[in-house]
Amino acid sequence: MNMRTETQIEEALKDKSMAQNETHPLKMRGEKVCVYYGEKQALYDVDLDVRENQVMALIGPSGCGKSTFLRCLNRMNDTIDICRVAGKITLDNEDIYDKAVDVVELRARVGMVFQKPNPFPKSIRENIAYGPKIHGLARSKADLDEIVVTSLQKAGLFEEVKDRLDEPGTGLSGGQQQRLCIARAIAVSPEVILMDEPCSALDPIATAKVEELIDELKENYTIVIVTHSMQQAARVSQRTAMFHLGVLVEEGPTDKMFTNPDDKRTQDYITGRFG
Amino acid sequence: MLVFWVFVSILIVAAAGYFLGRTRALSSAGGDIRQLHSVPGYHGTNVFLFTAVPSLLVMAIWLLVQPLAVQNAVTSMIPADAVPAGSSMSIIMADVQRVADGLDTAIQAGAMTEEQASSLDAASTDVRERLAKVGVALAGDVRPEVLKAAQRYRALTATGSLSLAIVSVVLALGGFVMAWRQIAPRFRARNTVEAFVKGLLIAAASIAILTTVGIVLSLIFNTIEFFGLYPATDFFFGLTWVPSFGGGSELGILPLLWGTLYISFIALAVAVPIGLMAAIYLSEYASPMVRNFAKPLLEVLAGIPTIVYGLFALLTVGPLLLSVFGDNTVGWMQAGTAVMTAGLVMGIMLIPFVSSLSDDIINAVPQAMRDGSLGLGATHSETIKQVVLPAALPGIVGAILLAASRAIGETMIVVLGAGAAARLSLNPFDAMTTVTAKIVSQLTGDADFASPEALVAFALGMTLFVITLGLNILALYIVRKYREQYE
Repeated sequence: MNMRTETQIEEALKDKSMAQNETHPLKMRGEKVCVYYGEKQALYDVDLDVRENQVMALIGPSGCGKSTFLRCLNRMNDTIDICRVAGKITLDNEDIYDKAVDVVELRARVGMVFQKPNPFPKSIRENIAYGPKIHGLARSKADLDEIVVTSLQKAGLFEEVKDRLDEPGTGLSGGQQQRLCIARAIAVSPEVILMDEPCSALDPIATAKVEELIDELKENYTIVIVTHSMQQAARVSQRTAMFHLGVLVEEGPTDKMFTNPDDKRTQDYITGRFG
Repeated sequence: MLVFWVFVSILIVAAAGYFLGRTRALSSAGGDIRQLHSVPGYHGTNVFLFTAVPSLLVMAIWLLVQPLAVQNAVTSMIPADAVPAGSSMSIIMADVQRVADGLDTAIQAGAMTEEQASSLDAASTDVRERLAKVGVALAGDVRPEVLKAAQRYRALTATGSLSLAIVSVVLALGGFVMAWRQIAPRFRARNTVEAFVKGLLIAAASIAILTTVGIVLSLIFNTIEFFGLYPATDFFFGLTWVPSFGGGSELGILPLLWGTLYISFIALAVAVPIGLMAAIYLSEYASPMVRNFAKPLLEVLAGIPTIVYGLFALLTVGPLLLSVFGDNTVGWMQAGTAVMTAGLVMGIMLIPFVSSLSDDIINAVPQAMRDGSLGLGATHSETIKQVVLPAALPGIVGAILLAASRAIGETMIVVLGAGAAARLSLNPFDAMTTVTAKIVSQLTGDADFASPEALVAFALGMTLFVITLGLNILALYIVRKYREQYE
């Protein structure tokens, strides 16, 4: 990275209101989180707090464990046979790895949007209605239609697709598909939305739309986003956590992280010396 | 014999050509392999191919054509009035063939010389007796024109073989010399070999396709012949199947078709749910260890010969069903052979088809689909039911249709498990039979291939072929449509 991009980052930060982190209550907390894939340890004693109605960006070079940590937050790692999680992760002060926790319910509260848009091969309407239907969130068909419309509106997609709600979701463009996936996640009314590099498969215009959307969504939801783009982290997040080799290097307000990081590794990474 | 030795020597020359060509290529470049366009092995292979391929190709075609040509020439020698009543030209020709073979055997056994064999005269010698001495038994006395024809047959065959030997040796040597002279550092032997390989692959593909065409054509011609003897409407819409070789048969396909469809339906009703659920368990729930163990085990079922399934139906399933539904209890079933028996066993046979194909298709559904659903808080089975299966459905339908064509074409299980009575009945515990089983029974035994009772087998076969072809095309169409979904 060079001087020009650094200036861009600074500009992006200037626009942002200073995040008053302490006024936001704690939503999720990881304590001494260790993750193993078989014999290999992928995360080492990660302590990280996620606060309500904020966007937390997880950055770091490939293979640093940021996606692994993200997937621990709604126990998506359970679907990988060889994966083992140690430590404690809480949602509203409840341990989500407790035996009494229903993982299905947890995932309804902590939704997820993936790297590659993955709409189901169903119609746009059914894509959105899928979650509310399985969780029984709608009392009637009209109720369900209402959820579909509001979810699409919140995801900023409604105007583009309102005339073709019954056409397959796979027929949309990449950026529209990703916003459809976000709408699908919103439809279940989650408290936290996890996003795993949601813009890596999108072009800059679609990326800008999704980023704008993330910024709006933080009014109602808590968002954790993994990103490879430093500018994106700077643009959308209030707090940033830097991972390296499975270790949480540093965590702090985004503006501080990008202007005056404590750790040399963070400094090197955001200025492009490695990663 | 001559032809065999020519064949062997061509191969030897070609093999020698390989080594010589390699050496010559290397020496043409002054021993420096980098000066050659193609590595020496390609030059060697080039010589081998030019020596062997054209001559062996001509040999193969010649060997196919020669008997026909000789047959034609000899047939014209036998006057039409020499054919006795009740016999036919083909029977006479078979006699000619036998006598000619007998003469060959006699010469080999040393009972007569080559000149004696060609100068034998039916009037002065008892050919039958002389051949009997060397162990060649003939049905009746050899008539003069047959002996003449046989001698002519031998003479023509001998000339043919000799010319074949000469032609193929000349071709082989010509190819050798031509390829030999081509060898030069800049000669693109590699490209020539490439062209040969391509030709070989095309030939292999054409053989498969041409055979299919041949089979279909023979079916079609015999079917047309059948419909010349028996009205098509009676065949397609007749409700009774009573073949009698004495004439006056009723050959309606409907009872057979009904049996086929009924048994296939029961088989699919067994195989589809079990196979599909087994596939879902194996691909979605089973741990890798269980999967690695259970999948091959399930596929062993596909390797069991169908006759073994037939025995299983006859000896185990039939009696078992009879004890449950027989006269002692509800009285629905009169004998062990029934639609239900054959259907159940055939269903078991089809389980691995359905499960193996569906398993592959379910695995082909991208993990992203499952993640998307699980990430919304759906349970595993909700994900399978609402996302994975709908996404895999076209492929699964394709798998089921393939299994259906297997069921429709199945014979042994039906012969042993379902009985032989052609009947239109709704009771699944009645004995019925299928198209395939009847094809077997129409063609086994001393069938006269000119009678409608035998020819009906081809019409039955053609009908089945059209049905399974239609199912396969439908299956392929659906599978192809499915493929487009993720692209």
